[in-house]
Amino acid sequence: MTKAAVIVFPGSNCDRDCKTAIERSTGASVDMVWHQDTDLPDGVDLVVLPGGFSYGDYLRCGAMAAQSPVMRAVSAAADRGVAVVGICNGFQVLCEAQILPGALLRNAALKYVCKFVDLDIVNGQTRFTAAYGARRDATMTVGNGEGNFFADEATLDRLEGEGQVVFRYRDNPNGSARDIAGIINGRGNVLGLMPHPDRSFEAALGSADGALLFQSALASA
Amino acid sequence: MKARVEVFLKAGVLDVQGKAIEGALHGLGFGEVSSVRVGKTIEFDLTGDDAAAAEAQVKAMCDSLLANTVIEGYRVEVAA
Repeated sequence: MTKAAVIVFPGSNCDRDCKTAIERSTGASVDMVWHQDTDLPDGVDLVVLPGGFSYGDYLRCGAMAAQSPVMRAVSAAADRGVAVVGICNGFQVLCEAQILPGALLRNAALKYVCKFVDLDIVNGQTRFTAAYGARRDATMTVGNGEGNFFADEATLDRLEGEGQVVFRYRDNPNGSARDIAGIINGRGNVLGLMPHPDRSFEAALGSADGALLFQSALASA
Repeated sequence: MKARVEVFLKAGVLDVQGKAIEGALHGLGFGEVSSVRVGKTIEFDLTGDDAAAAEAQVKAMCDSLLANTVIEGYRVEVAA
């Protein structure tokens, strides 16, 4: 049986959503891992950093969480090639931990945005998008005040050139550079995205497209 | 010793809070205002009495936590 871990920071508020979404989408077992823990469960195939307001967004979104003990274990797992997904605040944490490039700024319109977004799947060949098959579109929800992806022009060119832009907004809700909604690292095993697959994993939620992301991540385990 | 760190968004990074404040100041009739940037100040005490060494330490703190150098710059002042 495949095994996933969801990291719980103080102020995470999508940790249980992630657990439910992964269990129902994939049948994997999901362990919750407290941010003070220094080890991940043995044989973990997927690590998810959930959305929320870790440490109350003190200093910068994700900045304090990036320094927490568990992140050393997450970073080491990423180096071993374990699949890691950071969703929303989890994406901010991955950027603050310098596991992914760039940063998330305050939304261009200064407003918290909570709505469904239509995404282009820019790279369908990643271990997080394989289950979408020939589809090049997905619908998920966003809920963020600081989801405005920023990186310098050279980094953006590199991300696009290397196929590291995975999801793009069709109608940019927050001012993100080049409409970027989600990126992977150079090795292709760490994904960060602002939209929530964990809030879009069953038709009853308005979209089941998020389930395919979790299925992709664990199918390659 | 006392340390004072000012953290600002870099020049090329859009400061949407600054823009909103600038618009509000213009709305209040302060039309002479431009280029508003919002930052934060972090102050703390330090042990030791070597100001140069302390400044190097505070810069290391900025690079590792207090500022995100992807988007932010910082200024450090250390006083006895």
